[in-house]
Amino acid sequence: MTRGWTLYDPRLAWILVAPVLLLLIFFLLLPIAVMAVYTFFTFVTAGVETSALTLANWHEFLTDAYYHGFLIKTLRVGAVTALICGVLGYFPAYFIWATTFKHKWLLLLLLIVPFWISFTIRTFSWIHILGEQGLINVTLLKLGLIDQPMQMLYTEGAVIMGLLHFLLPYMILNVYVSLEGIDRTLIAAARSMGCTSAQAFREVTLPLSLPGLAAGLLLCFVLAAGSYVTPQLLGSGRDALFGNLIYDTIMGQLNWPMGATLSIVLFVVLGCFAALYTRYMGMSQIVKGLGG
Amino acid sequence: MMKLSTTKRLERLHDRYTNGDLSRRTFLTLTAAAAASAGLSTPWMGRALAAAKEVRFDGWGGVVQEAIDKYAFQPYTAKTGVGVVQGTFGDENEIITKIKTSKPGDFQIVHSSGVNYYIKYVNAGVNSEINEANIPNLANVLQPMIEPFRKLTPKLSAVPYDYGTTGLAYNTTVISPEEAKEKGAALLSDKKYAGKIGGYADMTTRVWYAALDTGQDPNNIKDMEAIWAKVRETRDLAKKFWSSGAELMDLLSKGEIVVTDGWSGRIAALQQQGHPIGYLDPTGSYAWMEDMLILKGSPMAECEELINFMLETDTSIAVAEGQNYPPSLDPTKVELTDKIKALPAFDPTGAMKSLTFADPVYWADNEDAWTKQWDRISKGA
Repeated sequence: MTRGWTLYDPRLAWILVAPVLLLLIFFLLLPIAVMAVYTFFTFVTAGVETSALTLANWHEFLTDAYYHGFLIKTLRVGAVTALICGVLGYFPAYFIWATTFKHKWLLLLLLIVPFWISFTIRTFSWIHILGEQGLINVTLLKLGLIDQPMQMLYTEGAVIMGLLHFLLPYMILNVYVSLEGIDRTLIAAARSMGCTSAQAFREVTLPLSLPGLAAGLLLCFVLAAGSYVTPQLLGSGRDALFGNLIYDTIMGQLNWPMGATLSIVLFVVLGCFAALYTRYMGMSQIVKGLGG
Repeated sequence: MMKLSTTKRLERLHDRYTNGDLSRRTFLTLTAAAAASAGLSTPWMGRALAAAKEVRFDGWGGVVQEAIDKYAFQPYTAKTGVGVVQGTFGDENEIITKIKTSKPGDFQIVHSSGVNYYIKYVNAGVNSEINEANIPNLANVLQPMIEPFRKLTPKLSAVPYDYGTTGLAYNTTVISPEEAKEKGAALLSDKKYAGKIGGYADMTTRVWYAALDTGQDPNNIKDMEAIWAKVRETRDLAKKFWSSGAELMDLLSKGEIVVTDGWSGRIAALQQQGHPIGYLDPTGSYAWMEDMLILKGSPMAECEELINFMLETDTSIAVAEGQNYPPSLDPTKVELTDKIKALPAFDPTGAMKSLTFADPVYWADNEDAWTKQWDRISKGA
């Protein structure tokens, strides 16, 4: 059966990747292609479109500042969220890596625990914390620190808070995996050559952990910019992101061609960001950060 | 050529294997292929077989669907053995999207929001044709409710089931009935209640109340700019635009908002629970009807039988009392209970002249553009 085959035979490699390749073609590339074709269809009325080809949807997107504003806002919220995740996530990752605590696995388990609860329920929980009758307002009112409940829910801040809650574990795990890959003797060598702890961190640990941080930033940015549920639950209409625009166009206006156009726009923009990022950061570095 | 069943085919394979006609590998390969074939065909076969035993219903959930389930579906299943599989939606466009992306027959009966939405199903070509002879109780349904549907499709796809109004609901500890009556729709743009105002996150309701507030006829709006300006004004004063009956009840009962437009049945439920909530239908208040719509590809006989059962006088009254919306039964033909007669929006004449419904053609003509504009305004534009 395997006569004539070598261990690294390209034919064997193709056979092994074929199932995944087929899955990607049928469940990723083909649907994207269908969406791309839909962008040229003609919207007739709510829920009705024809296959008469038109550039009207692209023309509308390219000439309407409303869409551009939301796209820029989405990228801004994604970038802010990713940066805060980077700042907040690095230190816990460093602590987990550096600790001599015998049961380190417990700390890692704590990171994964939130994933045991539904994402929607975790997002909803913020309503009971940030709402007018939520934990923070009730406590502050009872302590007499405020007279009126503060408006925290249904704001952009609440949306970013919800996104941080969702994305922080991804950042911490990415950075931790990168830190774990560092040869600790390098730090010992730096110290033996006269570096202080801070200098050893700045000159050795931080640069070597950057691929993980970079991978975490990219992951958090893409996931935040593509989010829909968090702004829907924790934000007001004004705090909607591009994903909400797509949802409303498809589900509210029942305008599939325009909804497909907006979807392809978000896909291409985020794809370009990821491509540029990996171009300058180096794909191997990112993959190293993601995979350890 | 005789068609073999899967069981027969497997038995023959087994015989050949035990007789030594087949190698073990060939036997296992063929068995796996037969099993896969049976597995693949099962979902389709199951659905086909289940069709006569189950009807799919999709509605608004909450107290409304609970009432329908308790007083109509459960007795229907007990009587006929036909189960009713239920789903819910928060926005009817959501279910229309699902219907568009599914096979005919996956969705069967929808508790739809009257003629405005009926047009959408008709335009999308997903509506069925009802055999009215199978629904004899249709004779008791208010003719003024049936006529708008028949104008759109001479052969009905839906049967009107209930009606109500979207009036003004207010917290009586903050706003007196006199103040509510005096200000009417202007309450929704009253700066005195900034940050405590609510509203349904729906284009029709927002435009309707903006029309009332600007002194225009909602079925013949002359100054659309004034309407959008008023919608923006309410948006800026509102705490939140709600998107489900449960959210409406939650916001009002917890005092998060003190005034909003609201669905008459949900407000009646709050009042029955003892909350200090008043309800007012201002002049020209938005009246609407709901219908049971049968979709293309449904098991028509079972669906028609279920709807006929739902229109039985006792069933219809029990559902109406449970969901707090008057039934579509003609009060001049059927004796209704005192509780129903006391419900907001109830029309004792059966002529429906006192209620202002949306002109389906006028609203359908403007729906796409207005929905798009409303979407933008709701996002701060």
